[in-house]
Order: sequence, then C-alpha cells, then structure tokens
Amino acid sequence: MTTSLGDLAELVRSKNAGPFWLTIDVFLATEHDYIRARNSLLTDPAHIAAVFEVPASTVRIFTLPNLNAIKVSLPRPHVQGSLRDTDLHGGQQYVPLLAIPVD
Amino acid sequence: MPAGYVGAGFPEATVYRARELHADVIAIDGGSTDSGPHYLGTATAKSARNAVARDLRHILLAARDADIPVIVGSCGTSGTDAGVDWIYEIALEIAETEELDLSIARIYSEQTASELKRYLAENRIHPLEPAADLRPETLDRCSHIVGVLGHEPILDALAQGANLVLTGRATDTALIAAVPLGRGMPDGPVWHGAKTSECGGLCTTKPQSGGVLVTFDRTGFTVEPLGDDAACTPTSVAAHMMYENADPFRMREPAGTLDTSGARYLQADDRRVRVEGSRFESADQYTIKLEGAAPAGYQTMILVGLRSPTVLARLDEWCDGVLTYLHHNIAESFGLSPADYDLQLRRYGQDGVLGKYEPDKSTMPREVGIVFIATAEDQATATQLAKFANPILLHAPLPGETALPSYAFFGSPAETERGQLHEFVLSHTVNVDSPHELFRTLVSVAHA
Repeated sequence: MTTSLGDLAELVRSKNAGPFWLTIDVFLATEHDYIRARNSLLTDPAHIAAVFEVPASTVRIFTLPNLNAIKVSLPRPHVQGSLRDTDLHGGQQYVPLLAIPVD
Repeated sequence: MPAGYVGAGFPEATVYRARELHADVIAIDGGSTDSGPHYLGTATAKSARNAVARDLRHILLAARDADIPVIVGSCGTSGTDAGVDWIYEIALEIAETEELDLSIARIYSEQTASELKRYLAENRIHPLEPAADLRPETLDRCSHIVGVLGHEPILDALAQGANLVLTGRATDTALIAAVPLGRGMPDGPVWHGAKTSECGGLCTTKPQSGGVLVTFDRTGFTVEPLGDDAACTPTSVAAHMMYENADPFRMREPAGTLDTSGARYLQADDRRVRVEGSRFESADQYTIKLEGAAPAGYQTMILVGLRSPTVLARLDEWCDGVLTYLHHNIAESFGLSPADYDLQLRRYGQDGVLGKYEPDKSTMPREVGIVFIATAEDQATATQLAKFANPILLHAPLPGETALPSYAFFGSPAETERGQLHEFVLSHTVNVDSPHELFRTLVSVAHA
C-alpha cells in the first residue's frame, strides 16, 4: 500500500551541518519500513536536487541499515543567515520531503 | 561534558558528580556557527551573560571539588578574541566571589586578513565544497575571521599548568579529545568519543537530564549519562554521529579524519554504551579551517497582520502589487536602482518558512504575518525605505478594489531597525606547518 514518507517515518528532522550544508535525517521504526524508504525517491539524488533546486551532483545520500536510518545532505540553497535564508538553523527544511510516496 | 554549550543550563547536581565518577577533566564548548553570522561579525555572544556565569560557576566549583581542569571552547559563541575575554572576565568574577585559585590560559584564534593573504599568496588556502577559491578581497571584507583550533594548543596550555583553558574557536571535539590524547589513548576511539559527547546529553535518551561522562581506554570508549533518569543506548549513541554532520561516518579534524564506519556499539549495562572499532586516518597535511563574517548591509523591518479573507485569497497578487509599486516609486523618490537596495515580503502563515519550496499551495491560511524587510547600504536608507513603504503596507488595496482598506500593524513605531547584517563568506582551510602557528596563548593567575 502506498503511503507518504511523513506517515511512514518515526522521525524526520533537518539541521545545518555548518553554514553551507543542510542535512536531513530520516529514522524508520523497522527494517521493513527502512527498506521501503530506501526504495523510494528519498534516495534518488535527482529527486532531492529537483525539490531543493540544487545540482544533483552535490546531493549526498547515506543509508544506515544498522540504525534503520537514511541521511540526505545537500549544499544549502541559501547560505545560513544570508539575505534570502528563511530558516537560520535549517530545522524546518525537511518538510518538502514528507510527501515522497512510499510503496 | 555537562551540556551542549556553556549557558545552555544543566541540573547542577550532575556536574558535582565529577569527583565521585573520577572524571579527569570537564570540557564544554561556548558556541559554534549555528547561531548565524551576526555573532562572529560583531564579536558578541548569543547567550545571556547570567546564564553563562551560572553554568561556569557550577563547573568551576565542581572542578575544584574534583581537583581537575576545565576546558571551555569557542568562547563567546563564535570564538573571537573578545569572546575569550568575555568568558575570562566572568571567570575572574567567579574566582573572586568563590575564592578559587585559577591558572587561566587564554588561547586566541582570531586571524588578520593581511596575515592570511600571505598564506593565500603561498597557495596554502583551499576551499571546502561547495566554496570557490578564496580571493584576497573576501578576506578584506570580513569584520572578524577565526581559525578553528585542534587539541594541541589546549594540551600545551594544560602542560603549562593551566587549570582553566579558555579557547577561541575550536572544534567541539578538540576540547574533549585533548586530555585523553595527552594520556596516550588511541586516536580513533578518542575522536569518536569526543564527537559522541560534544552536545552533552544529546546522545542519551533524555538530553535535558544533564551531560555525559566518557571513559577512554586502549580499545574503545564507554559513555554514560550524568543524569539518573537517562540512559545511553546503542541507537542513541550511534545516531549522534548523524547530528549536524553532512557525512555520518567521516568527520574531518585538523590532523586527519575520524572514520566510524567500522564502529560497533554495544549495550554495556542498562545506562552505558561501549564503542569499539573507530579509526582515525592521519592526514598528510595538517589544516586549520577558517570562519569569517562580512558586513552585508543594514535592515529595517515592518510586521503587518493580514486577516482579510479577500486579501488572503489573492495574497500573491497583493504582494506583487506592493513590491511593484514600491520599486517604481523608490526609483522616482530616492533615485535608487534595484541594485542599490533589497525589498522582501515574507509571508508567515503562508510560506514564510519554506518560501518557494512550500509544498502546500492550496490551504488558505486564517491569518498571515507579513514581514517587510528593507536592506540597504546604510541604516538610514533602510529605515527611509521602510517608512516609504509604511502607507502602502497599511492601505494597499487589491487590484480592482476601490475602497481603502487598512491592515493590522504590529505597533507603533511600525518599523524596527535590525542593524547591520553579516554573512558567512569563508569555507576554506589553511595548510599549516604546526598546529600552534595561527594561535596565541596567554597564561595568567587569579588568586583567591
């Protein structure tokens, strides 16, 4: 049954990784859910690049099966605290990924 | 590690466990870049002075009780020289009121543009992804530049007899790694244990219960919470490598790279976690990371509440109309071109947080807080632009509307000056010959 990443995941969070990088962590409750998330667009650099309008070559995706977790890191679309930055700590920038469909 | 940073607060009983637990050092950082470029650009702290003094007092008293040194890193939020002196003054006040004997080392890490230009000319400064090559004029623009120091200057200060080490900008991990590395513990477990504990209790099941104790040995490290009601679990500890790290397995330090991909996390007992298998790869070149903040204009803002259902239903049109009118008339009244200033309307309640990345375009908000932001070369111009926008923001009708509406201003004065804006402009490293060469240490004594 198709659901959304937001409904499937136990926790999705985002934060600065220094002023120039944004990092998004997705924690799943079980190995089964982890595999479902891993098989979704969450691990497709082209999709992440399209959502945040950054080059796909700069998107870094890490799978952590021991933690049932997936990490997505990308250069911040706007550098932290710069004129157009609307989220100083990057803490809300995970939200556009919640709608990713998961089979 | 009593907490994530000095001034964050912790249950006081947790630090006084230092003696009973045979701790060898209390280490805590005083900041990072995470509060943004203003604090580095202005060399001011984000924390309340009283909050810092409260935490530091308990830490210094607990350290006297256990007869161990204290290390405070990245003093004053961004680790500028003024930040180090700020914590130093607070420490002197505590030493006097609590009758403490302190030998205080201050390690300064601020850098000058002229000195760094010499390194640049020698091709010893390189960009970190995604930055571009550094240009000398970028260094000149910076109000303040700090180098991020490693553990070696801290170890050196302790060897000189300091029992309180206050550092400029340092890696969070260097503060924790200094003492175990000085005692010959293996570098893989030391850097991994340091990273695990750098945010205090954040690697436990209950971060607000206090910090953590890390015990290093020849084959690994063991981490336990200081609060009675918290526990470390393999998941809580392993997950912390993900926190605020772009790469969850590899972390660069001045002397090399921590690699945790082979680490094993084991539950030692109901509160403690044992970690083994972490490795540290020494780099061929020792590097110091630079952080720099440069002025980026001055800002004035106005907060306007919109509740009118007709305006909220056509919010894009309303905002476009306001900005178009202002840009046109600013050219006429101020003689400024759009390159000379910047105007923004942030629409809190609609898409103020995510902007164009907001996925929900269809939900109609009940009310929206419009933050109008004018940015210009100087404060007077920014404020004049805000005052010029005031009547438009108050009364702008929708296209086709004939009646004059009025919207809900936050208060009087309508405009709020935000002062000078700064931006982070450096993400570069310097190749150095010695871990000490960019830093200066002063040791002084405060007697009871």
